[in-house]
Amino acid sequence: MRLELEKRAEHSRTMAVLSPLLALLLTLVSGAIMFALLGQDPVRALYTFFIEPLTASWSLQELVVKAAPLILIAVGLAVCYLSNTWNIGAEGQFTFGAIAGSLLPIMVPGFETPLTLPLMLLMGIAGGMLWGAIPAFLKIRFGANEILTSLMLVYVAQLFLDWLVRGPWRDPEGFNFPESRLFSDAAILQPLADGRMHVGALFALLAVIAMSVILMKTLKGFEVRVLGQAPRAGQFAGFSRNKMVLFAFLLSGGLAGLAGISEVSGSINQLTPVISPGYGFTAIIVAFLGRLNPIGIFIAGFLLALSYLGGEAAQVSLGLSDKTTRVFQGMLLFYVLACDTLILYRIRLTRTFAPSGKEA
Amino acid sequence: MQDHETNPPPGAETRRSGEVLLEARGITKQFGDVRANDDVSLVLRAGEIHALLGENGAGKSTLVKILYGALEPNAGTLHWRGAPVRISSPAEARALGIGMVFQHFSLFEALTVAENIALALPGGTPLRDLAKRIRSVSQDYGLALDPDAIVADLPVGIRQRIEIVRCLLQEPKLIIMDEPTSVLTPQEADQLFLTLERLTAEGCAILYISHRLEEVKRICHHATIMRHGKVVMECDPAQETAGSLARLMVGSAVHDLKRGAQVAESAPRLELRGLSAPPDGPFSVALQDIDLSVKGGEVVAIAGIAGNGQGELFDLLSGERRAQDSGAIVIDGTASGHLGITHRRRQGCGFVPEERLGHGAVPGLRLSENIVLTRHGTGDGLVRGGMLDMGLARRMEQRIKSNFDVRMSHDDPEARALSGGNLQKFVIGRELDRTPGVLVVNQPTWGVDAGAAALIRQELIDLSRQGSAVLVISQDLDEIFEVADRIAVISRGHLSPAEPAVQLTRERIGLLMGGLEEGQGKAHHAA
Ligand SMILES: Nc1ncnc2c1ncn2[C@@H]1O[C@H](COP(=O)(O)OP(=O)(O)OP(=O)(O)O)[C@@H](O)[C@H]1O
Ligand SMILES: [Mg+2]
Repeated sequence: MRLELEKRAEHSRTMAVLSPLLALLLTLVSGAIMFALLGQDPVRALYTFFIEPLTASWSLQELVVKAAPLILIAVGLAVCYLSNTWNIGAEGQFTFGAIAGSLLPIMVPGFETPLTLPLMLLMGIAGGMLWGAIPAFLKIRFGANEILTSLMLVYVAQLFLDWLVRGPWRDPEGFNFPESRLFSDAAILQPLADGRMHVGALFALLAVIAMSVILMKTLKGFEVRVLGQAPRAGQFAGFSRNKMVLFAFLLSGGLAGLAGISEVSGSINQLTPVISPGYGFTAIIVAFLGRLNPIGIFIAGFLLALSYLGGEAAQVSLGLSDKTTRVFQGMLLFYVLACDTLILYRIRLTRTFAPSGKEA
Repeated sequence: MQDHETNPPPGAETRRSGEVLLEARGITKQFGDVRANDDVSLVLRAGEIHALLGENGAGKSTLVKILYGALEPNAGTLHWRGAPVRISSPAEARALGIGMVFQHFSLFEALTVAENIALALPGGTPLRDLAKRIRSVSQDYGLALDPDAIVADLPVGIRQRIEIVRCLLQEPKLIIMDEPTSVLTPQEADQLFLTLERLTAEGCAILYISHRLEEVKRICHHATIMRHGKVVMECDPAQETAGSLARLMVGSAVHDLKRGAQVAESAPRLELRGLSAPPDGPFSVALQDIDLSVKGGEVVAIAGIAGNGQGELFDLLSGERRAQDSGAIVIDGTASGHLGITHRRRQGCGFVPEERLGHGAVPGLRLSENIVLTRHGTGDGLVRGGMLDMGLARRMEQRIKSNFDVRMSHDDPEARALSGGNLQKFVIGRELDRTPGVLVVNQPTWGVDAGAAALIRQELIDLSRQGSAVLVISQDLDEIFEVADRIAVISRGHLSPAEPAVQLTRERIGLLMGGLEEGQGKAHHAA
């Protein structure tokens, strides 16, 4: 007996919806096993990880704060992946956007006008776009693999940030801590209620709505799908593959840059050596878990944000390493990709045939 | 193969009594509202070439996919050598000894020929040994193949060959071929027939789907005819004429084409002036100094063996690849070589490529979306301010569907759910629906049944008689003589001067195809 994958005649719409749910279920089961092996009561641990963060108003706000950048980045990445462009470096575009957007409040702290914030946001977007344009250019011009270039640029951006806050941008009154000066009020995204939730959440919501319209209703969205599914037919339609690579990188880079400057301006209020708990990478999981669909991404963003909060909770009340968050995220991505196979294939148990002569 | 020694001598009588290999009883398959197979029964015998005939959408591909385990029937049973079997996957079919050559290719373009073949075989054969086996089998059966060539660089005729050789390497007892010759040249087809003869002499059974009734008459020993999912009749094709077979398939007579008078002399609408292009890949053909002029009101055909530059020429004509010299392609008097495909469509051109799935249409998109594919820039109102009007696209889809008799199981399906011939009618209908001033079609009736082929050819002629210039690239000489007013022949990237069809004989075209007159100029004629 063995398991065999058999291609379906058409892709299964039921499985397209069920696959993420199945992946979630498998993740929970594997998580319970992992907790049990760590000597924890699996039920209590899962409760601490996934339910407890939803019971307090401050942690619900925190959920939004963490979901917003994930969603913002993931809708951009969805356009990349739908068009068969593999931007893995959103974390770098996030970081470089944050750096570019912070130019004003750090270099010209006295510039405090109503224009300050919009300018910062625009510069953040431009920074992310610039960082995204590099792998796009290398791919178009030299055929370089964008997976590698975009990923390597993450480390360049992170080390550049590290150097900045330890060197030229270190706060002169900061007791030698590796931090920039604190942003002035005019450079800070305002909170939405009295809590940590800030205007950045609205950007994410707007991006979801805008991207739904673009993907479903516009020629551009059509172009994205055609070039992603059948490049030759895309060429026949008069769409340019190269322009699409550039478009996808500029769009996702810009959104990641916006997420970066929003995070710095709205949550951290200064530059520090580490400004992201891996949002740019986690957003890849969000994009796929959400079926590369803006609405799906919206839901998936909250789920992954929960895994961050759960990790913190597990650290505090169970004394587990915060690496559990990474483990959960990794398992989730693994199961999502595995379950996606079921959309085009079905699993079947077959008897092994007696090997005929030629197989020996 | 254990029964080599019991080769029956060739001859229809012994074949009819050959051992029953596969029997299908009462096969039924439902797709939505359409019953693609309705209580179909079929008996396949060793040593017999069995034809499966029927118009587009009759359910032939569906039936053979069920026999091969690629689709599951809703009802019915299969029997292998008398014993009931369940064939639930192609791997199980192959284990029984059933091989299949698909209508649409299932090859990975980025891999080499050998790698593609290795994927279908049970694992464990080192690639180098396999390459050797591929060479020997393909030599043996006269289907020359280079195991190291990348599939993406090969023309469709060669790709078909890969599928066939892949199938032969598994030493099957029963070979199913879904329209194997529709993309082959007459010479290649003849070679294939020799192969088939030899296989049946070795005791193989062959199930053969084709719309070319002449060749069915020539090589098949028995025929099963399907209409609307049902078996309507079995017969000995040798006793029938092509016309009577067509009548049996369609249920009514196929009309002869009405040529109509050619419109009086009018200005050239499509001109090629010394068009040259270097090869754009290791296996691509360079085009050399091509001159051609197609006037409004006429159909010009380009004949030639696959892989002699037809694909390259099509790409340059459509603007998918730009010409180096803008004056080399002139459309309605405007130098257009530098313009892209959307621009050329706006000038009134329509294009239909050879490969319909993946080039002419996106398999996973609905038909209405596939209309947007070629008509988003042509001022049909499908795109306004960057927004798509899908309601209009669906209305256009309905119109094309009824005007061109495209049959489908449910409304607005994904392109991949259409039968091969129906998809072809759709991609041609999509362009004809615009009444283009210049139409370039590569292989217009590949895989289309006799009735629909006549319809398409008639539409091409009618379009030209309305004053459009129609350029048809085809390998099918019958087709070319039916539609063309003038004929040119392409060979190794050279195009012979177009001559009036009435002055040309098949023999001369055959010589031109072989490249005999290459570079000798217009004055020389073959002796
Ligand atoms: N996967 C599918 N989903 C829905 N309908 C399908 C699917 N495959 C085939 N059909 C429908 O079943 C019918 C029979 O199709 P099939 O491909 O068997 O025709 P065929 O006889 O091979 O035609 P052709 O000569 O054009 O290749 C058609 O109406 C087709 O639209
Ligand atoms: Mg078919």
